[in-house]
Amino acid sequence: MAEHTETKYLPNYLEYQGKHKGLLGWLTTTDHKRIGLLYFYSMMTFFLAGVVMGLLMKFELISPGEQIMGAQTYNGLFTLHGLTMIFLFVIPGVAAVYGNFFLPILIGAKDVSFPRLNLMSWYLYILGAIVVLSSQFMGDGPPDTGWTFYAPYSLKTQTNVVAAVTGAFILGFSSILTGLNFVVTMHRLRAPGMGWLRMPLFAWSLYGTGWIQLLATPIVGITFLMVIAERLLGIGFFDPAIGGDPILYQHLFWIYSHPAVYIMILPAMGAITEIIPTFARKTIFGYTAIVISSMAIAFVGYFVWGHHMFTSGMSSTSRWVFSLLTFLVAIPSAIKVFNWTATLYKGSINIQPPFLWAISFIFVFMIGGFSGLVLGSLATDIHTHDTAFVVAHFHYIVFGGTGFAFFGALHYWFPKMFARVYNTKVANIGLLIFFIGFNMLYFPMFYLGLIGMPRRYYDYLPMFHNANILSTVGSWILAIGLIIIIVNLFRARKATGKIVDDPWDGKTLEWTTSSPPIVENFEEIPVVDHGPYEY
Amino acid sequence: MYSGASNFVTATDTAFVVIIGISVIFLVGITAIMLWFIYRYSKKRNPVATQIHGSNTLEVVWTIIPTILVLVMFFYGWAGYSPMRNAPKDAMKIRATARMWSWMFEYENGIKTDTLYVPLDKAVALDLISVDVIHSLYIPAFRVKEDMVPGKTNKMWFIAQKEGKYELFCTEYCGLSHSYMFTEVKVLPQKEFDAWYARMSDTTLQAEAAKTPGVKGKQLVQMNGCIACHSVDGSKLIGPSFKGIYGQTHSVITNDKEREVVVDDEYIKRAIYEPNDDVVKGYTKGMMISYKEQLSEAEIAEIIEYLKTLK
Repeated sequence: MAEHTETKYLPNYLEYQGKHKGLLGWLTTTDHKRIGLLYFYSMMTFFLAGVVMGLLMKFELISPGEQIMGAQTYNGLFTLHGLTMIFLFVIPGVAAVYGNFFLPILIGAKDVSFPRLNLMSWYLYILGAIVVLSSQFMGDGPPDTGWTFYAPYSLKTQTNVVAAVTGAFILGFSSILTGLNFVVTMHRLRAPGMGWLRMPLFAWSLYGTGWIQLLATPIVGITFLMVIAERLLGIGFFDPAIGGDPILYQHLFWIYSHPAVYIMILPAMGAITEIIPTFARKTIFGYTAIVISSMAIAFVGYFVWGHHMFTSGMSSTSRWVFSLLTFLVAIPSAIKVFNWTATLYKGSINIQPPFLWAISFIFVFMIGGFSGLVLGSLATDIHTHDTAFVVAHFHYIVFGGTGFAFFGALHYWFPKMFARVYNTKVANIGLLIFFIGFNMLYFPMFYLGLIGMPRRYYDYLPMFHNANILSTVGSWILAIGLIIIIVNLFRARKATGKIVDDPWDGKTLEWTTSSPPIVENFEEIPVVDHGPYEY
Repeated sequence: MYSGASNFVTATDTAFVVIIGISVIFLVGITAIMLWFIYRYSKKRNPVATQIHGSNTLEVVWTIIPTILVLVMFFYGWAGYSPMRNAPKDAMKIRATARMWSWMFEYENGIKTDTLYVPLDKAVALDLISVDVIHSLYIPAFRVKEDMVPGKTNKMWFIAQKEGKYELFCTEYCGLSHSYMFTEVKVLPQKEFDAWYARMSDTTLQAEAAKTPGVKGKQLVQMNGCIACHSVDGSKLIGPSFKGIYGQTHSVITNDKEREVVVDDEYIKRAIYEPNDDVVKGYTKGMMISYKEQLSEAEIAEIIEYLKTLK
């Protein structure tokens, strides 16, 4: 900007020195942008560890029989892979990193409503992670229950379930407090003139997510406490041998864990909704419809948990009611896909890496969604339930959905966050390889499930061999793509001016501030007099 | 697809065809439209975008059409599933018991097997029992699956419509050897089935066979799933192999202390009733549950006779 000489220099959030300097400055920060990066670095560490575990599991499955590990190790590994990916990566996911970094900027605020609570949420996250991981090294060996901790197996196994469950309980608080913080921030801190229907759609998706975090997470918290109490004191909530009910555990677990899928996917959809208009140079098609569909997903998502239990021996009535409700929750997701596609119509599309990530997201998310219809329908779920089909489905949603959106958002906001420019050609090549590997890894699992291969299988019959080879080779291609993507971002060069301040000609508020953003985001709080995507 | 192996295959596979068919049409259609837009409206071909804020008509159209389609899918899913809940009254009853990590099928005349034998073209109703954790009985070719939940009895029924052998898997993760917990369904024509059934329940024949030492014990060991974890050929599975075990001296861990025991009648009885009291060194504690409810002392004596024959 030309007025540089007139305004006093304002330090950006990376160079700002408060009471503490260096690392201590980061560990005591209450700046939402720094907290966003604290989440980013810790989550990326856990994500990459989870990827390595996944690769080891896929390698073990390249052939029938033992390759590199025994059954107990494998069972511990898929448990740890699930715990790491679900609780440490995708649940905080897009919301904790980009929500923290961008929500206040997108609504024209200086920070979230409760900055210190925000820092505490990160500490709870780290504490929870340490306790979860301590289960690997303490007690009687790594938990082997799967991330679902189904009773009564989780009550009978000799492995260190208590530590893992305690860690997940603590992580729940981190999630609840982040949700609370975001909801209050949106109610209280929108810039002057920013009515609810002028909020960017990423913010709206965080609003829906925040309410799910607030209302659903306590249920899994108390459920985990009941598991701990049962293991330590033999109370008898869930173990039928002492008068409990294992189905009760499944209800309680899924009353949270199904809405949790929307905690994972809603912010991802929100991030994609930011990317598409920017690169189509066009306002979003059907703003209100997208807002309503986000809220509808958040609301209806509470009432579909029973579809995880179609074979559990639930009553016939509850099976068809849950099936019907499950089909209804598919509709708002379809509406979003239609609106994204319609936004491209008569646009002026600037094909850049974030846009290609968004398009890839829509494609893999559609496959995830359509395969979900197979699982929501009763007769077809009976056949595919607890088979490799389910594993393929939720990896298409959670990795294909949330994971692709996470990397898409990273490529979109990278210049803003770090004031660095990455090589777009290498980014595209990385994405292409990653995309091919992803589909080769997970698509064969649909086939394996349809021909009857159960999930959580350490070893398998020869009839399942060929598709497993394809899947394992896919995992290697995916890993190569991921390495290219990450190395490319590491090698991004420093830059200043428009190329990082507003590289994509975006219209939302984060593109009006400098890169990296200054402490408290804006020199002056902006006044908003139009919708978020006015081109 | 449409193999007709059971009475549920056609309706289930129709639901698959309807759902996957509609899905593929939409997936291909939307992807093609998206790619066409990206090509047609690229910056190069369309330098200035036209601002369109939305269309209520379109929003209504693309809400109503998917709603109708998902209701159609729901209907096919429900229609395929609904008959699975109502077993005919005259169905042949079999009691299926799952435990870590083996199956046992008990017929109306009391015979027990580890393979599920069923007659062709006759309704079979299974009572699903688990004695430890949750298992799930899954016969992919028949399109049936239902969890076996300890403390309650779930139900399943089907009519096998094609002779042959089919895989039967456990699909609910149940611990260490979950992936080895499978067996077979053998579908026999009614006549052959009847012959097998009569042979198995012929008491004089069975009594004759039982005179040979170890024969009865061998049956008990197979039916109770012992050999899922204890091999008879010396190979190391989850527990020590049965081969040559009788009379051997083993190092066991009792209350965290190591001691030596001789595998005699008394030790074998304790190892079956209180398996976690003395765990053989090198094996994991807690893998085996007590068989106090399942095996009488007389039956254990038969098992010991069998173990003596495994040299």
